Amino acid sequence: MRVSVLVRPKPGILDPQGEAVEASLRHLGFSVEEARVGRLVDLEVEAGSETDAREQVERMCAELLANPLIESYEIELGGNRAER
Amino acid sequence: MLVFPGSNDDWDAALALEALGGDAVLVWHGDRELPDVGAVVLPGGFSYGDYLRCGAIARFSPAMRAVADFAAEGGLVLGICNGFQVLCEAGLLPGVLRPNESLAFVCRDVAVEVERTDTAFTSRCTRGQELTIPVKHGEGCYFADSELLAELAGAGQVVLRYREGDNPNGSVDRIAGVVNAEGNVFGLMLHPEHAVDPLLASTDGTLVLATLLDAVREQALTPA
Repeated sequence: MRVSVLVRPKPGILDPQGEAVEASLRHLGFSVEEARVGRLVDLEVEAGSETDAREQVERMCAELLANPLIESYEIELGGNRAER
Repeated sequence: MLVFPGSNDDWDAALALEALGGDAVLVWHGDRELPDVGAVVLPGGFSYGDYLRCGAIARFSPAMRAVADFAAEGGLVLGICNGFQVLCEAGLLPGVLRPNESLAFVCRDVAVEVERTDTAFTSRCTRGQELTIPVKHGEGCYFADSELLAELAGAGQVVLRYREGDNPNGSVDRIAGVVNAEGNVFGLMLHPEHAVDPLLASTDGTLVLATLLDAVREQALTPA
């Protein structure tokens, strides 16, 4: 099953990469209020059901894909994205 | 001395410890057991290419499980730079290290103040002493949320702070080195192994490494 995980810097966490992107976009003439840079992880998961897949990926996020001190994540499967 | 794929200061740290009278053994990350050692050092470098987040992958290596057991039994563990990042990701130290505020790799001498001298890593220092030791990292910005910071302050877990005006990476509260609540695991972004010879301008790194060797010798003399 195809599962995507979107990892984002939590609100309030300094994101120097996002700031650099924002400054560059402004430099190009775009009017950008804010840019935050996260990470996208696409997975092909062996799972019996969507619930099973979600459970597995939740564990992956908790154990490796995101650091809960600084990052939040969203899991997307079958086009349904659930924010955590 | 643990060696991960991508470690690059393992030999420097081993040589520095040996120059100070220590006996360093290199242990490959795939080893499931540690030899009979008095302390474990996690060296600087770019373990596993810094993929995902610095230190995030290294903590799953077999040797790290052995290090976690070693630490849980009170064994002394020192994490230098990437080693500090690995210890944070492994949950052996609180907090996390993020990309430098400047986004630039920083490689220079920095001054830190010693806040705790009652640790197995700093007892050769005096309280408030300023040490000059080099840093070289792209992701050394220490972060802890306000709750964790209060906890660290309350328990006195901040051992080293960058001197006011000399914070090289934007670390919160200028934190340069922290110890765990039990006091046996310590991590710092500075490289003490690069400051052990007058040729390298500063010898302040010897204070940290020699203190660790003192603690190991003391342990060996104390009957279990």
